[in-house]
Amino acid sequence: MNQPSFSSRRILRPVRPWFIWLSMMFALLLNLMPLGRTPMLPDWVALVLCFWCVREPLRAGMGAGFVFGLLMDIGHGSLMGQHALAYVLLAYTAGTFSRRILWFGPLQQSLHVLPMLVGTQLVMLCVRLSTDAEFPGLGYFVGSVIATLLWHPISFVLLLPQYRPEDKDENRPI
Amino acid sequence: MASPVAGHSPPPFFRRGPAPLARLVVLVSAALTLIVVDHRLNYLELLRQGLSVVTTPLQVAAGMPVTGVRSAGEYFADLARLQAENEDLRREQVALGTIRLRQEQLDLENTRLRALLDMRERVQVNAQVAEVIYAVRDPFSRRVVVDKGLTQGIEPGSPVVDDIGVIGQVTRVYPLNAEVTLISDKDQALPVQIARTGVRAVMFGAGSGTLELRYLATDVDLREGDRIVTSGLDGVFAPGLPVARVKSVDRDGSGGFVRILCVPLAGVESHSTVLIMAPGKPVLPADDAAATAGSARAEKAVKP
Repeated sequence: MNQPSFSSRRILRPVRPWFIWLSMMFALLLNLMPLGRTPMLPDWVALVLCFWCVREPLRAGMGAGFVFGLLMDIGHGSLMGQHALAYVLLAYTAGTFSRRILWFGPLQQSLHVLPMLVGTQLVMLCVRLSTDAEFPGLGYFVGSVIATLLWHPISFVLLLPQYRPEDKDENRPI
Repeated sequence: MASPVAGHSPPPFFRRGPAPLARLVVLVSAALTLIVVDHRLNYLELLRQGLSVVTTPLQVAAGMPVTGVRSAGEYFADLARLQAENEDLRREQVALGTIRLRQEQLDLENTRLRALLDMRERVQVNAQVAEVIYAVRDPFSRRVVVDKGLTQGIEPGSPVVDDIGVIGQVTRVYPLNAEVTLISDKDQALPVQIARTGVRAVMFGAGSGTLELRYLATDVDLREGDRIVTSGLDGVFAPGLPVARVKSVDRDGSGGFVRILCVPLAGVESHSTVLIMAPGKPVLPADDAAATAGSARAEKAVKP
């Protein structure tokens, strides 16, 4: 399945706003799974937020990042505002680079996503280390690498509702 | 941005609210305020409780598949293993039964003797058994969540022990469950004493599941393998609960203090059933000059 990008000829339907919120809620649900202290799990909320900020910078942005960040802070019992700060910065960066990132194919897109996700984790690390928390070890950053590998599959899944059936019409110009 | 011509506002598809940079500044400063207020002032428990109305149903829903898989695994657990465990438990119960009989007798004797000596009676500790549901995902701290909460009368600050020794302290209470900060957490302080010599100290988490005794002079009488028990100076933990065993003593460190690493005795990082004790009411020492740095530091740990 080729990704809709500058090179593909596919036209997507407009996104439904409720689907953005539903996917964010589902990502939050995945993040709240009680799997114990496993720092290598990907941060689904950051990934999905990053996706929507790149794909629909006018519909999902820093406000969504802040709200879901607060929910994550409460769900994980971490310092209040820690995820909120990191997600707001992530949403800003993703929104700013949205035009540039969409120009690339899936592999290069994920290469853009990796520094953004690692940066999100670095922000959280700085916040927590400045409040005398324990350094969780370098395995903490593996989560971002896994999330980067998930970028292509997740963008396919999240764009599924926008694909229109391929009906070949020879008389239609596009 | 230029002001709109009189009577004409910009068409709706150009209206995008405040500029991204302005929004970024507002939200980042809001988040930073939250961080500082939560870390320094502890005012946000109400906001936490309020917003947990949204997250608690999500957490319950997210927990369902995990508990389902776990209970299925238990269902198919090895029969032989269960039988062996049952046998062990039965033997242990018989052993404990004899101890309990003696204990009752000793308790009676103790109260009688204490009455004779006109001493204050020891507070009856009532405790509740709770199950650890999961470890908190936050990788920067060491906390677990247990299945008893406000509705079962759990109070913040309650000591948590298992069958061997101290595990931690309840730090946050939700309606249906409570968060226990383990003694291996970096922020958790515990007033202890060395069982062999009676030297009092304060124990902190040292990361990666170990503990550290701080603020002891380099000439302190301490060996590897010494048992550390709670001193009870904080009035929250009962005195004499086993905490840890000394793993290494490094007297060459700079700074004038000896660096002592300990391993917890109780299954701090691996446990399923714990006992939540009611927090003792701090008894102010009338003429105990020894309640120095230890108890002052311990106040930090008592704070819910």
